[in-house]
Amino acid sequence: MSWFKKKSYPDFWKQYLECFESNQNLDIETIRFVIFDTETTGLDTKHDRILSIGTIAVIGNTIKVSDSFECYLQQDLFNAKTVKIHGLLKAGHFNKVQERDAIIQFLAHIKNSVLVAHHAGFDVTMINQALKRMNLPKLKNKVLDTGHLFIKTKLDDSKTHYSLDDLSLRFKIPQHDRHTASGDAYITALLLVKILAVLKKNNPSLQLKDLLRSHTRIGLL
Amino acid sequence: MNTIAERIYDFLKDFPPFSMLMKSELLAICKAIDIHYLEKDTYLFITGSPVQNQFYVVKDGAIGLFRAQTNTLVDECDEGDIFGLRALMRQGDYKLSAKAIEESIVYSISSELFQQNITTNAEASKFLMSSFVSNTYYIESNQVDHNLSTENIQEFIEEQSADYSKNPVHCSSETRIKDAALIMTNKRIGSIVITKDNRPLGIITDKDLRTKIATGLISIEDSVTKIMSSPVITYPESITVAEAQIAMIKHRITHLCITKDGTPNTELTGILSEHDIIVIRENNASVLVKEIKRVNTPEQLQHIRKRAEQLLKRYIEQQIPITFVTKILSTINDSITQRLIDLCIEEMPTPPPTSFAWLAIGSQGREEQLLLTDQDNALVFNEVPENDYNKTQQYFLTLSKKINQGLNIIGFELCPANMMASNPKWCLSISQWKTQFKSWITTPDQDNLMLCSIFFDFEFVYGDANLSTTMAESIFTSIESHDIFLNFLGLNALKNPPPLSFFRQFLVERDGEHKDQFDIKARAMMPLVDAARLLILSKNMKAHNNTIVRYEKLAELEPQNKDVFLACRDAFKNLLRFRTEQGLRHNDSGRFIDLQTLSKANRLELKSTFRAVKDIQDLIQTRFKLSQFM
Repeated sequence: MSWFKKKSYPDFWKQYLECFESNQNLDIETIRFVIFDTETTGLDTKHDRILSIGTIAVIGNTIKVSDSFECYLQQDLFNAKTVKIHGLLKAGHFNKVQERDAIIQFLAHIKNSVLVAHHAGFDVTMINQALKRMNLPKLKNKVLDTGHLFIKTKLDDSKTHYSLDDLSLRFKIPQHDRHTASGDAYITALLLVKILAVLKKNNPSLQLKDLLRSHTRIGLL
Repeated sequence: MNTIAERIYDFLKDFPPFSMLMKSELLAICKAIDIHYLEKDTYLFITGSPVQNQFYVVKDGAIGLFRAQTNTLVDECDEGDIFGLRALMRQGDYKLSAKAIEESIVYSISSELFQQNITTNAEASKFLMSSFVSNTYYIESNQVDHNLSTENIQEFIEEQSADYSKNPVHCSSETRIKDAALIMTNKRIGSIVITKDNRPLGIITDKDLRTKIATGLISIEDSVTKIMSSPVITYPESITVAEAQIAMIKHRITHLCITKDGTPNTELTGILSEHDIIVIRENNASVLVKEIKRVNTPEQLQHIRKRAEQLLKRYIEQQIPITFVTKILSTINDSITQRLIDLCIEEMPTPPPTSFAWLAIGSQGREEQLLLTDQDNALVFNEVPENDYNKTQQYFLTLSKKINQGLNIIGFELCPANMMASNPKWCLSISQWKTQFKSWITTPDQDNLMLCSIFFDFEFVYGDANLSTTMAESIFTSIESHDIFLNFLGLNALKNPPPLSFFRQFLVERDGEHKDQFDIKARAMMPLVDAARLLILSKNMKAHNNTIVRYEKLAELEPQNKDVFLACRDAFKNLLRFRTEQGLRHNDSGRFIDLQTLSKANRLELKSTFRAVKDIQDLIQTRFKLSQFM
C-alpha cells in the first residue's frame, strides 16, 4: 500500500521526501532552520486560503538573506475584513502564482530543514491543508514554535500566550513590514536567534530535541 | 520581490560607501547579506584567524576592535560603521579581534560581490580604501589623494561661467588661406572664424595650417573654405566652464564659437579656446591682487578682504586642492598687508630711518591661515648706532601701531596675547632678535618653547628680505651649538597625543574616556605643525615654513619614512580644509567641532588623520630618544 502510494506521488513530492532519507543533521549550531510565515484570508484553517508565504533561513546565529523565499498566491477566495491586516488585494500588483506552484516552490526551498514560525501550528496547518487539496500528505519537517520557545526561556510567566508584537517589543526588534509574510518571517528569525541565545546560556548543552514539542500539542494558535 | 533585502537597502543606502552605489547595485548586494546576531562580549572574529571573504557593517549595537596581545581597544564601531575590511585584500589573518561591546546585529557583506559592484564606482572604492587605511597603514592614501585632486580640478571649474574672447577675429569665405594666416600671425592668435553675414561658417586653427598646408596637401592660394572645419560647434554666451570642457572633449576640438542664441544661425559674439579655460582658474584671485595695488585706504582693503573670503568660500565648496587655496589666500593677504604698509609709511612724517622687514608669524607665517583670525606679526630693523636705538625703535613702533590698527580695520583682529610688531618686545633690531632667539634656545622652558613655536615660523612680507634671511640663519646657528634644544622641542611636540576614534557622538580618548567636543587645532593640527617644525629644524632646512611643504621636503630627505611624512601631509591638508569648511559654515575660527554634526564620512576622514599624528609622534619619540624624558 505505502509502496503504491509513494509511486503515485508527483516528482516534486518524491524529491521532497528524498531529503529526509539520509540521516538528518541535529546539531543546532549547523542545522538549517527555515523561518516562515503565511498571510491568509482569515483564521479558519478549513476555509481560509494562503495569500502569501515568506521565509528566511537561519544557521547558527546568522540569518541568511540569500536563502529566503517570498511568493504571492492567486486565490479565488477573498475576505475584505483581513485586507486591512495584510494589505493584499485580490488583484494586487504583485506577481501571483497558483497555489499548487507556490507549494511546489515552497517544498523545494524548505527541503528537510527545521521549520520555525510564531504560533507555528496555524501556519503548518495552512500548508498542510493546501497539500491536502493537492492529495498529498502532511509536511515531514520538524517544527519549532517561537511562542513556545519563549516560554521555555522562563523570562516571563505572566502569560501563556505571547504575540509576535509582545515579543518583538521585549527583544527590541523593530516592527518593519509587520503583517507581510517576509517581514514577519524576518522578525521571527531575529526572535529565534535571540531566544536561542538565552536558552543556550541557560543550558550550554542545548539540543534540538529540547526545543521540540510533541506534535499532538500543536493546535490551532 | 524581496522585502527583507529592501529593508536592508533602506538602512545601508544612508551610509557611505553604500550611499554612492546605484540602487540596483546595492539591492544585489543586500540580497546576499548574512545577518549576525551577537550577544554582548561574544566575538565575531579574533586576531590571527584567517580573513573571511566578507566584511561587516554594524546594524544595531556596537562592536569593539581590540589588539589581542594587549587587549587594547583600537576602535569602536557603531550603527553604520564598517569593519573587517581586510577581507577586501583577501589575504592574511585578522590583525584585530572584533567583539560585541553591546548586544549587536551585524550585516556581513560578501567582498567578492561587493567588488563586482564597485569596480565601476571610483567614489565608493576610494571611500572604502580610506576607511581601511584609517585602521591600518596608508601606503594607498597617496593614490587616493592623487585621484582626489584631479577630480577636484574638474569640479572646481564646473559652475563658473566661461570667460571667452569677445570680438573674435574673423574673415569671409572668399579669403585666401595665405591672407587668413597673415591675419592670424599679425594678431597673434591661434584661430580664425570664417563668417558669412556675421554668422560662423567654419574655423581654422593652427592645427589645420600644420596638417593641411604645411604638409603640402592644399595650396596657400586656395580659399579658406578648403581647410576650415565646418560646421562649427556653437554655444550661447551663458556657457559654463564645465559645459565648454565637455563640449571640447566630446567633439575633440579646442575652440568653441559663441553666438547670440547658441546656434550657428545667429551673430558670432565670441570664441572660447582651451587656453581660456586654463586661464580662468587663476583669474579671480589675480583680479583682486591687481585691485589691491590701486586702493588708498584700509577700508577699501577691508572690502577686498571680504571678497577674498567669498572666493575662499567658493574654492572650498568647489573642492579646489587646498594647497592651491592656501597659496592664493596667502598671496592676497600678503598683498593686502604690503599695500597697507605702503599707506602707513606715507602717513609717517619721515621715511624709515633704516631698512626693516615686516614678518608674519605663527599660522600666517606658515601660510596656513585661510579664515580671518587674529593677527600675529613682528618687525626687524637693521643695526643702528646705539645712541639711535631708542629713537629708531620708537619710529618703528609708531609705524607698527598704524599697521596693526590698519590690519584690525581690514578684519585681522588685534592679537589678545599682543604678539604684534607694536609690542616693544617684538619690534627689535636684527642683533636683538638674534639674542632673543638664542636665549629661548638655551633656556627652553615651557614659555620659551611656546614662543619658539610662534616666532620660528615667520614669513617675510615687506621690506628688506635680507634681514629676515639673517634672522632665520641665526636660529640654526644657535640650535647647532645647543642641540639639546631639539629634545625639548620634541617633548613639546608630543604634549598632545591624538584621540583614538569616534564613537556615536563622542570622541574616544586613548584611555577609553569619551568626550563630546573636538578641538581640531590643539588635538590634530598643532601636533602635526609642531612635528614638522621640529624635524625640519633638525634637518637644518631653511626657508621651509609651510607644514605641507615641510612634510614633502622630509619625505624627499628620508625616503625610508616617506609613507609617514606623506600621510602627515595629507592629514594636514584634510584638516586644514575641514577646519576652513567648519569655520565658513559657523562663521567662527572652525576650531571646536560639534561631534553631533559630523557625518560618517567626516569621522572617517578625521580618524585617518589621528593615525598620522600618532605615527609621527612615535617617530619623534624614538628619534629624539624622548622616552627617557617622559
